[in-house]
Amino acid sequence: MTEQAVTDTPEPEAGDGVRRRDFINIAAVSAAGVGAVSTLVPLISQMSASADVLAASSTEIDISAIKEGQSIKAVFRKQPVFVRNLTAKEIEEANAIPADSLRDPQSLADRTKEGKENWLITMGVCTHLGCVPLGAAEGENKGEFGGYFCPCHGSHYDTAARIRKGPAPTNLEVPEYEFLSDTVVKIG
Amino acid sequence: MSFPWANEYKPQAPFMQWMDERLPLPRLVYNAIGAGYPVPRNINYWWNFGILAGICLVLQLVTGIVLAMHYAANAGVAFDSVEHIMRDVNWGWLMRYAHANGASAFFVVIYIHIFRGLYFGSYKAPREMVWLLGVVIFLLMMATAFMGYVLPWGQMSFWGAKVITGLFSAIPLVGEPLQQWLLGGFSPDNATLNRFFSLHYLLPFVIAGVVILHIWALHIPGSSNPTGVEVKSESDTLPFYPYFVAKDGWAMGLFLFLFCAVLFFAPNMLGHPDNYIEANPMSTPTHIVPEWYFWPFYAMLRAFTYDFLFIPAKLLGVLAMFGSILVWFFLPWLDKSPVRSGGYRPLFRKFFWYGLIPTMALLFWCGGAPAEEPYLMISQIATFYYFAHFLIILPIVSAIERPDPLPYSITEAVLGEDENAQLGPAA
Repeated sequence: MTEQAVTDTPEPEAGDGVRRRDFINIAAVSAAGVGAVSTLVPLISQMSASADVLAASSTEIDISAIKEGQSIKAVFRKQPVFVRNLTAKEIEEANAIPADSLRDPQSLADRTKEGKENWLITMGVCTHLGCVPLGAAEGENKGEFGGYFCPCHGSHYDTAARIRKGPAPTNLEVPEYEFLSDTVVKIG
Repeated sequence: MSFPWANEYKPQAPFMQWMDERLPLPRLVYNAIGAGYPVPRNINYWWNFGILAGICLVLQLVTGIVLAMHYAANAGVAFDSVEHIMRDVNWGWLMRYAHANGASAFFVVIYIHIFRGLYFGSYKAPREMVWLLGVVIFLLMMATAFMGYVLPWGQMSFWGAKVITGLFSAIPLVGEPLQQWLLGGFSPDNATLNRFFSLHYLLPFVIAGVVILHIWALHIPGSSNPTGVEVKSESDTLPFYPYFVAKDGWAMGLFLFLFCAVLFFAPNMLGHPDNYIEANPMSTPTHIVPEWYFWPFYAMLRAFTYDFLFIPAKLLGVLAMFGSILVWFFLPWLDKSPVRSGGYRPLFRKFFWYGLIPTMALLFWCGGAPAEEPYLMISQIATFYYFAHFLIILPIVSAIERPDPLPYSITEAVLGEDENAQLGPAA
């Protein structure tokens, strides 16, 4: 038997009985294993967002035409963003409820820029499963709390776009943005 | 394995003998779906649906490969290329309608096949592996069907993709990066469409592979039968060919007749008109629903509207939806009754017909309805009952039930009154 012939050759043994062959086996299998796992990196990573998708995008929006009580839908990263000019009554409604009692506790002030509390800028993407909620356009269903209503699975958002009822886990996301002037907002 | 009385493959033609010694493929076919496979003689029409599912898979593969010759998986032209298939490609309308309705037919057949297994206890020892592989096939079918529905790039395609990949965002910590990885971006776009097309082409062949394992595992103990009593002697079986080939042929004819009735006279009956509007990331359709075959699971997804014990409602819905199918993997060990067939289990039978079936019907109805009351409350109750059926009712029923007396053999069940019938193995 060839097996016999090989093992007949005296093997230099370390004190604990480890043969050179064990070392070679482990080293070879480890190297192959590391190589195989490394191959997975490009195979998995290729599915992540590509460079052109990730390329830093920002959108400038002219908000001068949005009158009190009105809102618009703009586009940011190929997704809708809601810009809403809140009425005094809507601000009052948003401030009337203690933030601590909410599912995602945030006050209107947390979600707007100082001195610009009437400008509520949020993503138009329901935090449940990503539908576009209604309420940004004239005559759409604003839900039970006067903000936005997602028709897919029935999430109701209030006038600060905070989740109040339904399956969505968090408030509508407030993207990074800044006021370039009183009438222009830069999102992203 | 097969029964000792199974016909042996004896090729007569010299070429077939030559072949048998080198590549015994004809022998494999003979023993799998030919005269060499003995089948319980008493299987009823519910046992036709396995073959029908195979026919559906072939139908989907053939029409799908043809459609791929004309379809363009690019977000800019995908929608138009589908209209090109419908209007310009020779017989393109037939291929697309056959493929779209073929998916529905596949699910009709597979649901009947699954409920056959549930009623007659086909999942029990020694056929657990047949059942487990079947659940794997069903999951693969759901993934394939979902990705196929995205390809026309209509409104329902787009928002379906967004909502279903959104399910993964419910997973704590890794959810959102995982969703972006699946989509290749922040919302469904060209990258999503391309990968879905690639996988939609791949998965049917994976399904075909698992189907082979499913049939392999089935042929070790042999087919189950409506009495649930195992085969004891030759008089209990008939060879697959010609008896069941003929019976399956008849069922196939009837099935294709019904399929063609839908295909030619109501090809859009099961579709959604919104999918004839091109995908628009800025506007969600007011009533967004998946295809009908996902409705029961969609209802469970939406049933959770309140957080429970620190688990957000969204995650609960996702867990319920996936759990509703994953629970099937444990079924062979949840139902401990040694009696297989529901026909001999009076208590099980009541819970099956008056519990599980109406629950599934209610979930089906709610899944297609808007996310409003009373549908939400009905979904909640039905979801609870669905899980209770598998996790509570089945273990208890199998412990306390007193089954009806079983026939000694399949032959006795069929010919019990016949004095000449040989009821057991020859002494």
